[in-house]
Amino acid sequence: MATRASTFSGKKGRLPYLLLAPGLLWLFTFFVLPIINLAGTSTQTPVIGGDTGQYVQTFRFANYIDAFNASREQFARSFIYATLATLLALAISYPLAYAIAFRSGKYKNLLLVLVIAPFFTSFLLRTVAWKQILGESGFVVPTLRALHIIGPNTTLTASALAVVTGMTYNFLPFMTLPLYASLERIDPRTLEASNDLYANAFTTFRKVTFPLSMPGVVAGTLLTFIPAAGDYVNAAILGNPNTTMLGNVIDSRFFRIVDYPTAAALSFMLMAAILILVTLYIRKSGTDELV
Amino acid sequence: MNQAPIPTLPFGRKVSRWFGRNLIRIYAVFGFTYLFVPVIYTFAFSFNDAGKSNLTWRGFTFNNWKNPCGAPDVCSALGNSIKIGLLATFTATILGTLIAFALGRHRFRGRSATNLLIFLPMATPEVVLGASLLAMFLAFRINPGFWPTVIAHVMFCISFVVVTVKARIASLDPRLEQAAMDLYANERETFRRVTLPLVMPGIAGAALLAFSLSFDDFIITNFNSGTLVTFPKFVYVSAARGIPAQANVIGSSMFFLALFIVIAGQLVNRKKVR
Repeated sequence: MATRASTFSGKKGRLPYLLLAPGLLWLFTFFVLPIINLAGTSTQTPVIGGDTGQYVQTFRFANYIDAFNASREQFARSFIYATLATLLALAISYPLAYAIAFRSGKYKNLLLVLVIAPFFTSFLLRTVAWKQILGESGFVVPTLRALHIIGPNTTLTASALAVVTGMTYNFLPFMTLPLYASLERIDPRTLEASNDLYANAFTTFRKVTFPLSMPGVVAGTLLTFIPAAGDYVNAAILGNPNTTMLGNVIDSRFFRIVDYPTAAALSFMLMAAILILVTLYIRKSGTDELV
Repeated sequence: MNQAPIPTLPFGRKVSRWFGRNLIRIYAVFGFTYLFVPVIYTFAFSFNDAGKSNLTWRGFTFNNWKNPCGAPDVCSALGNSIKIGLLATFTATILGTLIAFALGRHRFRGRSATNLLIFLPMATPEVVLGASLLAMFLAFRINPGFWPTVIAHVMFCISFVVVTVKARIASLDPRLEQAAMDLYANERETFRRVTLPLVMPGIAGAALLAFSLSFDDFIITNFNSGTLVTFPKFVYVSAARGIPAQANVIGSSMFFLALFIVIAGQLVNRKKVR
């Protein structure tokens, strides 16, 4: 830090503010103001005798209670599905990231590209592809039926299982890349030292590798959990009416029912719940410097 | 790890030892298979002689690839996505890079507030970003459509550009800039001929990231685009009735194009290092 400061003498003039101004102004106008406006919308009530979609500010905070009671199930589902998808993604990604970081030799870069590569096909096309792969005309269901793993009437699509699978799949690279980054940074000498001290492979992993990869685990789980909790595309394409998530409700309140206050209240609660969970999680895992 | 040489092992133990050593590799193969199944499926079904719905295999054909715009609206949707992507990438890359330089190269008051403002959009679910922006546009009687979508995309891309470019700036060796100054380059020249070229790969990477985020975005776009159809929106809307095989052609082409850009970029980088 000291050397860098001396290079550019740590100037304290107007220049940094000029550099910041356009971008921060954009974020303020199109991120902060809308959120504040949304807070206002969330306490509005319909205009008596007005058209659909006409609301007036009455500071009715009971909107939050009503909105929560009306979509308690979806709230619970959003967080349960997101947690499941995050844990599954961690279970799948950790060995993958480990293999790339420690066992891939000269193919490291190639394998990294391969992790990101599925991202280059449209996210919706991949989700729809899962629907067809797991569907009646796909190859998975007939195979499983022929092997008598599932009954002749069991289906895999339009279920909670399909929604969680789709979410796990979609956010997998968000988990793998930070894990890889933190595993790759581990000095191999620390692992050798552990070995020299008569730790077996499992103990070395538990006491050295895993703790050192914690920043990656925290970053990866956050990057997976946050978009997963707000997602509704997987639930819409791979789910059924009993697997809807909070995002589906916000979407339909906005577009189909034109109930802006409820949509706003739900959005706010979702955001607040995520921010609280994320803060607790970061405190607990002791990586404050992450943010 | 414990490689004590044992001369002869019974076959069963040899097999289990091989599995023990290669377990992680076997696991990785399964992991990659899982990642690529939908991609391969999408590619394979771009050759399906599908007619209206591309749900079941009906025979091999090159027709979809010869005539990618054959299905109604698919190319106009693609065109909209590219236009929005380019405009949003251009704007977000400039705004984000400026912020990254301020954060990486200057000391100023309000640094932590700036960091928070950069972090929050990334920690906010897309559905909230989309809904809040639309609510504001509606409050100001601005109809959703092309420009509101571009504005929204710039908003959510800026943070990712800042993070990417800032990481590149932080990894620069400050001695290179000192050397330039020692050779009597003034600040402006140092920036133009040393700093900027060194940061450029980071900026290029950020632009690619921004474009792919914008091109692939559905949720925020769905809220702010009104009747305008982008490529992800086209896929979502037609998912119910069956997606035309031409969408698979476009999806696969984007995949190969992006793969080509990334691999070419890596090769160019490697050449430069040598």
